[in-house]
Amino acid sequence: MNLTLKVWRQKNSSDKGHFETYQVKDISSEMSFLEMFDVLNEQLIKEGKEPIAFDHDCREGICGMCSMYINGRPHGPWHANTTCQLHMRAYKDGDTIVVEPWRANAFPVIKDLVVDRNAFDRIVQAGGFISVNTGNAVDANALPIEKHKADESFAAAACIGCGACVAACKNSSAMLFMSAKVSHLALLPQGDPERKNRVLNMVAQMDKENFGSCTFTQACEAVCPKEIKVTNISRLNGEYLNAAFTEQ
Amino acid sequence: MKWIDLFTSSVGKKFIMGLTGISLIAFLIVHAGLNACIWANDNGEMFNTAAYFMGHTVVIRIAEIGLFAGILLHIVQGLVLVFQNQRKRTVKYAVPIKDGKSKWYSRSMGLLGTLVLLFLVMHIAHFWVPSRITHTLDEVQLGLKTGENLYARMLDVFQSPLVVILYVLGCISLCYHLMHGFQSAFRTFGVRNDRYLSILTPVGVWFSIIICATFAMMPISMYLGWVN
Repeated sequence: MNLTLKVWRQKNSSDKGHFETYQVKDISSEMSFLEMFDVLNEQLIKEGKEPIAFDHDCREGICGMCSMYINGRPHGPWHANTTCQLHMRAYKDGDTIVVEPWRANAFPVIKDLVVDRNAFDRIVQAGGFISVNTGNAVDANALPIEKHKADESFAAAACIGCGACVAACKNSSAMLFMSAKVSHLALLPQGDPERKNRVLNMVAQMDKENFGSCTFTQACEAVCPKEIKVTNISRLNGEYLNAAFTEQ
Repeated sequence: MKWIDLFTSSVGKKFIMGLTGISLIAFLIVHAGLNACIWANDNGEMFNTAAYFMGHTVVIRIAEIGLFAGILLHIVQGLVLVFQNQRKRTVKYAVPIKDGKSKWYSRSMGLLGTLVLLFLVMHIAHFWVPSRITHTLDEVQLGLKTGENLYARMLDVFQSPLVVILYVLGCISLCYHLMHGFQSAFRTFGVRNDRYLSILTPVGVWFSIIICATFAMMPISMYLGWVN
């Protein structure tokens, strides 16, 4: 198939940026979206032009690196899917595809479609961990955990930190990401000792990082490639209020 | 953690919004219940008696101060949140978001809240100011007591089709504002259990529709002469 691509080009973080239009030909419907970009980049290199910078790593939908806002939706039109797992059969011959980077002041553009998501790392560093002594692994059955809690915790832990929730939120809020980390640990006995400080510190860090607040539009849940539920945000709120009223 | 963090942190601000919002919802129930007395069709006697009780009971007058404080906090905190959140994405998307799930009224709480605020200013000017500030309402005999004829004021105000239309539009704005605000407030308080959410969400929608339809019917029924 032949496609028209309108891609955001930006030399660096201080450049204003603009859209450039490209034509790509003979794209197979079996290609992934990123492979189609590889073809475009080879074409640009042959023409002596600067290839388009975009984030990618595993190309298996588990690393959270790919981050394209495609035709008005993070990660493209498919539900519960990452950009790398989006395939060209989602499009038809003659389509025009507009590709933008994640737009959020907390995620400044580094180049073209690559954004700086270190703010997420700093939020995790503020409390998204448990402090345990190292040593031999504890027997898996030594600490009983209710099945539904283990399942909920696991579902929250599936968050890959791609930032689609921030990209889709009208407030650029990182609450879905942060609530997944808080829920993942708050539901397990290992996370219990630090649960109050964890949520207070992570919320404080999120506010410092220039993310907005959650207004429960639920756009984040709709675009999350790992189907993280907004009920995690409710849990985070409950955890925060409990900590705010009871912590010293 | 300091108490001030409850007002300045992103989650704390939402908590204050939810708390004041739920208080205002409780007020709306009382307000709608009292105003429904106009439909007693007794020339406003029941309504004016209820209004007299509200205006001359110490506990309710104290609660009125709390109500105004709550409204003010809700408005100020809401506007602060809207302006702060708008500044979190300086460069907008060329193609608007198509998430397929979020409702237009959930994304427009700032606009709907502003419309409700404009309606509220008009509503206070019509009824609260002449009753509490300028004392320009006619008097009416309520048994052994003499009260203000708020019923006559309502009949007078709602003779204008423009005012009736503005009131109905205000009620529609309030309805959509509540449809999101009701369930959002409970989620902000930490309600996450599917058992509760499956009740809260439809209750919120129906509550919004019923309470706002009740309010909207008041100017309509007065304009059309359904009450006398």
